[in-house]
Amino acid sequence: MIRHFLRLEWKQYFRSAYWQKGIALKIVMGFFALYFLLVFLAIGVGGYFILKKAFPESDPLQIVNSYLVFAIVADLVFRYMMQKMPIMDIKPLLTLPIQKSKLVHYVLGKSAFSFFNVIGLLFYIPFSVVLISKGYDTNGILAWLFSMILIIQSTNFLNFLINKNNKVFWALVVVLLGGFALKYFNLFDVGAMSQTLFDGIVTDPIMVIIPLAILLVLYRVNYRQLKSQAYLDAAVSVKVKEANTADLSWANKFGDMAPFIKNEIRLIWRNKRTKTVFLMSFIFLFYGLIFFTNPMYEEKMPTFLIFASLFITGGFVINYGQFIPAWESSYYRMLMTQNLRYRKYLESKWYLMSVITAILFFLSTPYLYFGVDKFLMIAAGAIFNIGFNTLFLLYAGSFNRKKIDLNASGFGNTQGTGATQFLIIIPIIGLPMLLFWGFSSLFNFNAGIIVIAIVGILGIAFKNYFMGLIEKKYIKDKYVTIHAFNQTT
Amino acid sequence: MITSTDISKTYGNTQVLNIEDLKIPKGQSFGLVGNNGAGKTTFFNMLLDLIRPTTGEITNHDIAVSKSEDWKTFTGSFIDESFLIGYLTPEEYFYFIGDLRGMNTVDVDTFLQPFDEIFNGEILGKKKFLRDLSKGNQKKAGIIAALMGNPQVIILDEPFANLDPTTQIRLKKMLKSLTEDNDVTVLISSHDLSHITEVCERIVVLEKGNVVKDINTSKETLTELESYFSA
Repeated sequence: MIRHFLRLEWKQYFRSAYWQKGIALKIVMGFFALYFLLVFLAIGVGGYFILKKAFPESDPLQIVNSYLVFAIVADLVFRYMMQKMPIMDIKPLLTLPIQKSKLVHYVLGKSAFSFFNVIGLLFYIPFSVVLISKGYDTNGILAWLFSMILIIQSTNFLNFLINKNNKVFWALVVVLLGGFALKYFNLFDVGAMSQTLFDGIVTDPIMVIIPLAILLVLYRVNYRQLKSQAYLDAAVSVKVKEANTADLSWANKFGDMAPFIKNEIRLIWRNKRTKTVFLMSFIFLFYGLIFFTNPMYEEKMPTFLIFASLFITGGFVINYGQFIPAWESSYYRMLMTQNLRYRKYLESKWYLMSVITAILFFLSTPYLYFGVDKFLMIAAGAIFNIGFNTLFLLYAGSFNRKKIDLNASGFGNTQGTGATQFLIIIPIIGLPMLLFWGFSSLFNFNAGIIVIAIVGILGIAFKNYFMGLIEKKYIKDKYVTIHAFNQTT
Repeated sequence: MITSTDISKTYGNTQVLNIEDLKIPKGQSFGLVGNNGAGKTTFFNMLLDLIRPTTGEITNHDIAVSKSEDWKTFTGSFIDESFLIGYLTPEEYFYFIGDLRGMNTVDVDTFLQPFDEIFNGEILGKKKFLRDLSKGNQKKAGIIAALMGNPQVIILDEPFANLDPTTQIRLKKMLKSLTEDNDVTVLISSHDLSHITEVCERIVVLEKGNVVKDINTSKETLTELESYFSA
């Protein structure tokens, strides 16, 4: 039976939508994964030396131990928000002749290997190796490392017991913040308590039985609870969220475009991936901080400040716009049978992108802190995003041939990515950078940003003309697009 | 023999199913009809122990389904596409199920042979995952898998929906021949009254969770059902 389960796991992993993409994309993703892996390993290996250097008086292990309680609670908070029990995986197995107890062990065992449990080990294992090589007691450190693994697993199962219970969650947050506060105001040193606990394991390796006992108890409780819940109307059910029907009647003032705009808002808000894109565009607002706080860019590579300025207001236009109309690929055929004016359909998307960009620009005003010149760069970038990038991405969208499954998850999802997505980067980011570089080196800084703004203003001024061209292109490509969106994968 | 005694299901204040007493003798072809929300799928889910009844109990060949899992060895079922393992190819899925029902790959291949016509070259050897098949083909794969390993009880929820006409006709023949020797009990639900009257010896009509009709199929049954549902 275990053989079956393992085989299913193997196939599920390698056949997940995650791997169903082109080789170029796989390589890029591979590099990112490797990068993060190395960063974590580096923290693990270097952790000892960094702490030693910063606090030469103290023992690095004791410093780590004094923060472990906080790390564990924070881990629990993080898991509460992110981790889900892979319970749905047993649905197809429920009616097959397999003992329910085995299924429950399978789900619980599977969860033990989740990403959340592995990531911490990337720190603890190299850290332990360094400690042993530095002459710490091998048995003590091994017991400590083993305890860490047991505690991580215990957190895993504790999280399932909490099972999205809001009260417990807030209690945890209070415990975490309260612990910090007590320590900060020197009322009670939670850190010292934590340190005593974990130092104890190092000096007395046999104490490892305590976390082991905790883990066994938690597993047992989980097992019993899940076994009684392995029903379609209990744990093995898709939680259908109540459809929130916000009143969008305010959009009616857009006239002919209102139905499309409303639809677009619902599209964005009711699907995971689009929602991620939307929320991420607010994260991009902070992108400039990386560049503006580093004087190196201003002195040596001012062109990269334009790069940053474009992203500050352009997060939405770029990430959402590039997949128009693929967002609607699943029902594109239906749309095409409806009595709709292509122009209005496209124009609604233009308005949406422009309005959100304007809002992002408004929110970016605190960048004035870095100087008026920086803010003018952002302003020029915003005008360029509204005037040029919206129209250009709408046009480029007519080349999208990859469909997007809206039901798929949001984060790290590259569905719908094709050659178009790589090519469009050149004009939407490269062009303004090139213009700025050319004009600012020929004339001065002001000329550089003015020319970017002018391109944007021209786009806004001749919007109707360009919209006409885009509309024609969409109509011409209609059947190819429908056919492409109708293909599986 | 499947016996359900006093089963009911209540969610909050709404009762979705309430069946006092229902016995389905071995070898019967049993049909369940009713509008959406009548409780057909709920009943099947309870029979498969996928949902627990609020009250009452169902036994399948004298095994209380919620107490023991032994009924799984002789019960084949297909409810809907979410019961397929999307990331497997149909072959892998069949081998997997076959394995669980004590069939080796040769057995599975022999079992699948007569279904070649039904599969119509679109399911086996296509190098496609189940999730990438059309709804109809997914359904075919699921139904055929439910028939594997000589089950004594076969439960199919709306087996005719999404199927092409040829397969509908073949499936009807297949289901009829299965119950001919009074050996296999077949339970199906359907929205298609003519299909179900053709296949089933007995038809039960559910309405809002209650049994409103229990008919031994005769020539007049179809008319009777049609007039009931048009009322």
